[in-house]
Amino acid sequence: MKLSKLDLELLNAIADIKEVPRGALNIRLNGAAVIRQSSPNISVGPNDDGTGLIVEIKPGTKDETVHVPVVLTQAGLQDKVYNTFIVGEGADATIIAGCGIHNDSHAISRHDGIHEIIVKAGAKLKYLEKHYGEGSDSGKRVLNPTTVITVEAGASAELEMIQIKGVDDTVRSTVAHVHEKGSLKIIERLLTQGEQKAESDIQILLEGIGGTAQVLSRAVAQGNSFQLFRAALIGKAACLGHVECDAILMDNARIRSIPELQAEDADAVLTHEAAIGKIAGEQLVKLMSLGLTEQEAVNTILEGFLK
Amino acid sequence: MLKLEDICMQVSNDNGENIEILKGLNIEFQKGKVYAVTGPNGGGKTSIAKVIMGIYRHTKGHIYLEDEDISDLSITERARKGIGYAFQQPPRFKGLTIKNVLNIASPEADLMYLRKYLRDVGLCPEDYLDRDLGAGLSGGEIKRIEMAQLLLRAPLISIFDEPEAGVDLWTIQKLLGLIVSRYKNNPNKTAVIITHNEKIIPMCDEILVVDGGVITAQGTPKEIWHLIKDDIECKVRDQCQGDVIYEIK
Ligand SMILES: Nc1ncnc2c1ncn2[C@@H]1O[C@H](COP(=O)(O)OP(=O)(O)O)[C@@H](O)[C@H]1O
Ligand SMILES: [Mg+2]
Repeated sequence: MKLSKLDLELLNAIADIKEVPRGALNIRLNGAAVIRQSSPNISVGPNDDGTGLIVEIKPGTKDETVHVPVVLTQAGLQDKVYNTFIVGEGADATIIAGCGIHNDSHAISRHDGIHEIIVKAGAKLKYLEKHYGEGSDSGKRVLNPTTVITVEAGASAELEMIQIKGVDDTVRSTVAHVHEKGSLKIIERLLTQGEQKAESDIQILLEGIGGTAQVLSRAVAQGNSFQLFRAALIGKAACLGHVECDAILMDNARIRSIPELQAEDADAVLTHEAAIGKIAGEQLVKLMSLGLTEQEAVNTILEGFLK
Repeated sequence: MLKLEDICMQVSNDNGENIEILKGLNIEFQKGKVYAVTGPNGGGKTSIAKVIMGIYRHTKGHIYLEDEDISDLSITERARKGIGYAFQQPPRFKGLTIKNVLNIASPEADLMYLRKYLRDVGLCPEDYLDRDLGAGLSGGEIKRIEMAQLLLRAPLISIFDEPEAGVDLWTIQKLLGLIVSRYKNNPNKTAVIITHNEKIIPMCDEILVVDGGVITAQGTPKEIWHLIKDDIECKVRDQCQGDVIYEIK
């Protein structure tokens, strides 16, 4: 299977892929796998009912990466996939997911990715997911990721989820279970423009003693766009949880941020911080005094903020 | 080099009334000289700097840079023409590293120089280059990075606004000494240091005392420092409630 120039451009935008990577890989193009390969330590195969993938990373695997990007270039396609990722005990691995949509039509292109991730005891996972849309007509690019992650005892996971741009509508749902001494960090960065809408709902259950969770959300809303961010931390044992939501609001955009803390144990320490506002005038003036134009200063601040 | 001619500046206060902050200033900063601007808090020192940089717009008068009237130029244009200002209270940036900001300050300077200037302000480059200019830095660290940017840019006129604030006395003495000696030996450039530092003021070529939006005294250290020192010290102490940077001899 040869990938077209457009496919490769989208892959590059979402997963820094310039050529087909070595190692474990699944590239899904317009609803079907076009390249699939396993590595000695990471098996990539279909699930039982053929609705998606099972990716298994062997216990003890060190420093390996699996790529599972999705590309939609066929206008009007409604794609749905169920993927399961199992990171074996003591393994240390990176999963690079992400979805790029190119839609030049007036029909809706949509991808729903339902991911279940299990990080076994003592394992370490880094999960990267970038979303990107482009196209010249009115056809909406819609992305609805659902992620359920279990962080077992002593395991750690870092999820970095970025919406680069061009996604018209997104409803993101993330549910996490963190067990004894497990640690979870979720970084989310969303940019919305024009008439776009984004909704993110994160729920973290800290179920074991000594579990930690951290959610860092950075949002930029421009034009008439709207973002809704909800993060709930539920502490069921002696644990540590923190939610931080920082948002920059421009033009006529709107942002709603709803952090929720629920402690069910006297030793659960849960905190949140939220700040929404326009770019600070002092920051603009400072960068302009170094010779940047106002527009360059705005771009620099936004790029840094969403980096 | 830089001339302020009859500069007035008004702002509106919380009640919507216009209040005059700068009241008809005439100042000429010359090339190859280092100026100390001092005076009590609220006197108008920062306002002068911001009017020169274009952050505050003056309501009357003219500003000339090398005989060109720059009164109507934007901050960006003034920066590009050779005006530089190290903020009294520099803002923080989430997601920009110290290296990013130094690169903006001087796009052509290579890494070697960035390191050198960080060392000059007393910061170890290895520890700081990749750090975020956000919440994790102390006030003193932010001030040093602010100074490094201006030293690196080396514009025609460099204005340092209370560089001593938050920086330990020993380092700042050394650092200001460095600024003074660097600019005194440079016939093409001008440095203006807004400061209360008693060791540094006498090292400058000229002292300007700003109080109530006007210049109340001006001259070489020999001419005026002994006359004004006690008076300023008193006022500064009153406003800082005893917490002054002047050293006790
Ligand atoms: N943006 C502003 N709005 C209202 N008042 C201001 C503003 N900037 C400065 N001032 C007032 O102008 C006076 C001079 O301030 P400033 O120039 O910061 O003094 P200095 O730097 O000498 O301490 C003070 O009374 C201050 O409160
Ligand atoms: Mg001041």
